[in-house]
Amino acid sequence: MFGYMIKRLIQMVVVLWAVSVLVFVMMSFTGDPTFMMVPLDATDEQIAQARRILGLDESHLVQYWRFLSNMAQGDFGRSFVFRQPALTLILERLPATLEIVFLAMALALLVAIPLGVYAGANPGKPASRAVMAGSLVGISLPGFWLGMVLIFIVAVKLQWLPSSGRGPTTEWFGLRVSFTSWEGFRHLILPAITLSIGTLAILMRIIRAEMVEVMKQDYIKFARAKGATAKGILFKHGLKNALIPLVTVFGLMLGDLIAFATLTETIFAWPGIGKLLVDSIYRGDRPVIVVYLMFVALMFVVVNFVVDVAYALIDPRIKIK
Amino acid sequence: MTESSMPRPGNVTTPLLSVKGLRTWFHTFGGIVKAVDGVSFDVAPGEIMGLVGESGGGKSMIGFSIMGLIDPPGRVEAGSIEFGGRDLARLGEDEMRSIRGKEIAMIFQDPMTALNPLYTIGNQIEETLALHTTLSARERREKAIEMLHKVGIPQPEQRLHHYPHQFSGGMRQRVVIAIAMIARPRLLIADEPTTALDVTIQAQLLRLMRQQVEESGTSLILITHDLAAVSQMADTIVVLYCGRIVERGPAGDIIARPRHPYTRGLIDSIPHETDIDGAKRRLSQIPGNVPDIRKLPPGCAFAPRCPRASGLCRMQDPVLSEREGTGDGQGPRRLHATACHHPLTVSP
Ligand SMILES: Nc1ncnc2c1ncn2[C@@H]1O[C@H](COP(=O)(O)OP(=O)(O)OP(=O)(O)O)[C@@H](O)[C@H]1O
Ligand code: SF4
Ligand SMILES: [Mg+2]
Repeated sequence: MFGYMIKRLIQMVVVLWAVSVLVFVMMSFTGDPTFMMVPLDATDEQIAQARRILGLDESHLVQYWRFLSNMAQGDFGRSFVFRQPALTLILERLPATLEIVFLAMALALLVAIPLGVYAGANPGKPASRAVMAGSLVGISLPGFWLGMVLIFIVAVKLQWLPSSGRGPTTEWFGLRVSFTSWEGFRHLILPAITLSIGTLAILMRIIRAEMVEVMKQDYIKFARAKGATAKGILFKHGLKNALIPLVTVFGLMLGDLIAFATLTETIFAWPGIGKLLVDSIYRGDRPVIVVYLMFVALMFVVVNFVVDVAYALIDPRIKIK
Repeated sequence: MTESSMPRPGNVTTPLLSVKGLRTWFHTFGGIVKAVDGVSFDVAPGEIMGLVGESGGGKSMIGFSIMGLIDPPGRVEAGSIEFGGRDLARLGEDEMRSIRGKEIAMIFQDPMTALNPLYTIGNQIEETLALHTTLSARERREKAIEMLHKVGIPQPEQRLHHYPHQFSGGMRQRVVIAIAMIARPRLLIADEPTTALDVTIQAQLLRLMRQQVEESGTSLILITHDLAAVSQMADTIVVLYCGRIVERGPAGDIIARPRHPYTRGLIDSIPHETDIDGAKRRLSQIPGNVPDIRKLPPGCAFAPRCPRASGLCRMQDPVLSEREGTGDGQGPRRLHATACHHPLTVSP
């Protein structure tokens, strides 16, 4: 187990390093941030000075080295726009994003598992056909469109829920969160639903397909021959087996949600890292984009590591070496 | 054979299981598959009945029909399955569930796939008790250990915590037998319980099963295409061909004096040990193949492969007719039935 951890840790560092190279290359060859910094009527002298301050007058190799060593020390530079450390900006907004991502994931699992199990266990029934058709709609609906429809109907017409912003937040273990107050939670609902629909639909289809496969297995029939109840067969014998392949895609799903959160946050003016990213791209705020990308990469490798360990824990046939 | 002709206490009492006119059909796009088509037999308490026939004959479907585990597109179309005063063919799912595992248990053909890979075998053995008894967790555990010990699993206390993939095929089948027997069912259906295993283990497990059912007075339906195995264990034999019974009777009688050409063919194809090299060799094989059950020829289904077939055979279905069993002087009178227009005559 220890050896495995070390191996995975090295892998994670290698992946992050590769991402840093990509990010650096992308940043270096997409526009010159100097012009964001200097006044429109700047003299050549002023421009050259700005370039020196930004370190852009040196070779790419030196620039990369500085980029990497600063990053290793936790220094990602300051936002051109906010004049604050970029890392602080991201960390400040992270709780807002995590909140809708986790709520969306929970919602997706909570709805997808029972529906997927039902549809998988009763393939021919009209209700399962309806569920499957619904999931196709869920997959093919563009998220931003769904978000706008929800805003129009639920927020504007019915005025049940707020359409934008985060609402009041409270301090919770040092993080600013919304879900602890009712008003804050009300602000969460629409963005979380919008974000979850696509993932929910895909999850449900995966669970259904796995259940159909699992229900054909001999051990299911043997469990029935023992006199197991319908519930025991579905949830004890069926679902656990069907969940194994699901665990492996869980990391990808989370990635999808984080990526798609940028869009949802923009629609709902939700002050998370996704919205910050979009704003920063518009403003050419390079350090913030870099932190965002590195941060998301880090999150990915960590989640995938956790998923692999979870996989080994629920499937006794897999031994971590 | 001497064993099987000994009178068993069950023979004189009312049957435990009485199947009458069972039809289990599958409604497929390609037509109706009459997997079981009018099958009748009785099983007495404590009796071992062998159910034999080639692949596709409908043996498993008879077992699943009794268990109430026929899934669509299949359906029990007609007939009755009387068990302990109730007709299983007419019971609801809830009542059936309380019988499965408790009064009637089933062992599947392939031990590699019958156990859930994600649960320890202890969990899977106890499950049967948890479903059907009010025993405490500790009592269930003790019983599970005792049962594992009985089926010959060494160090059952430790093995309880192991997962199926940590067992060999033969050991897994022992676990499956333990699961099936732990609630002391009155009837055990063993569907080719040893075909997936190698020969020496086959013999061991058959012996074990026989010992277990004899100890607990359980009736056993032993499904197999291996007539040799059945001839050593069974009291009665039912021979199935294309979903119908072609011959039924006391085991000794059927092996020694088969009347149906199909049974004769099966017996002749039992491999024998040759003296010279010790290798098993089939003396002969029934020519031809089992026909497509959806397109059975008119008349006797066996006619295309039968050396005795006549014009009558190709036109008219032979009916199963009973005659007194010959041979076994002692024991209660058992009937020997054959569905054949030209049965083999008993040599004097
Ligand atoms: N789901 C199904 N749909 C259509 N036909 C089926 C279905 N299940 C079984 N059958 C048919 O039922 C017939 C009897 O099958 P069964 O499994 O009882 O045979 P068997 O005697 O147990 O053979 P084996 O020795 O191979 O186990 C076969 O011809 C098979 O094709
Ligand atoms: S009825 Fe005719 S064809 Fe059928 S088994 Fe008897 S002799 Fe053969
Ligand atoms: Mg079978």
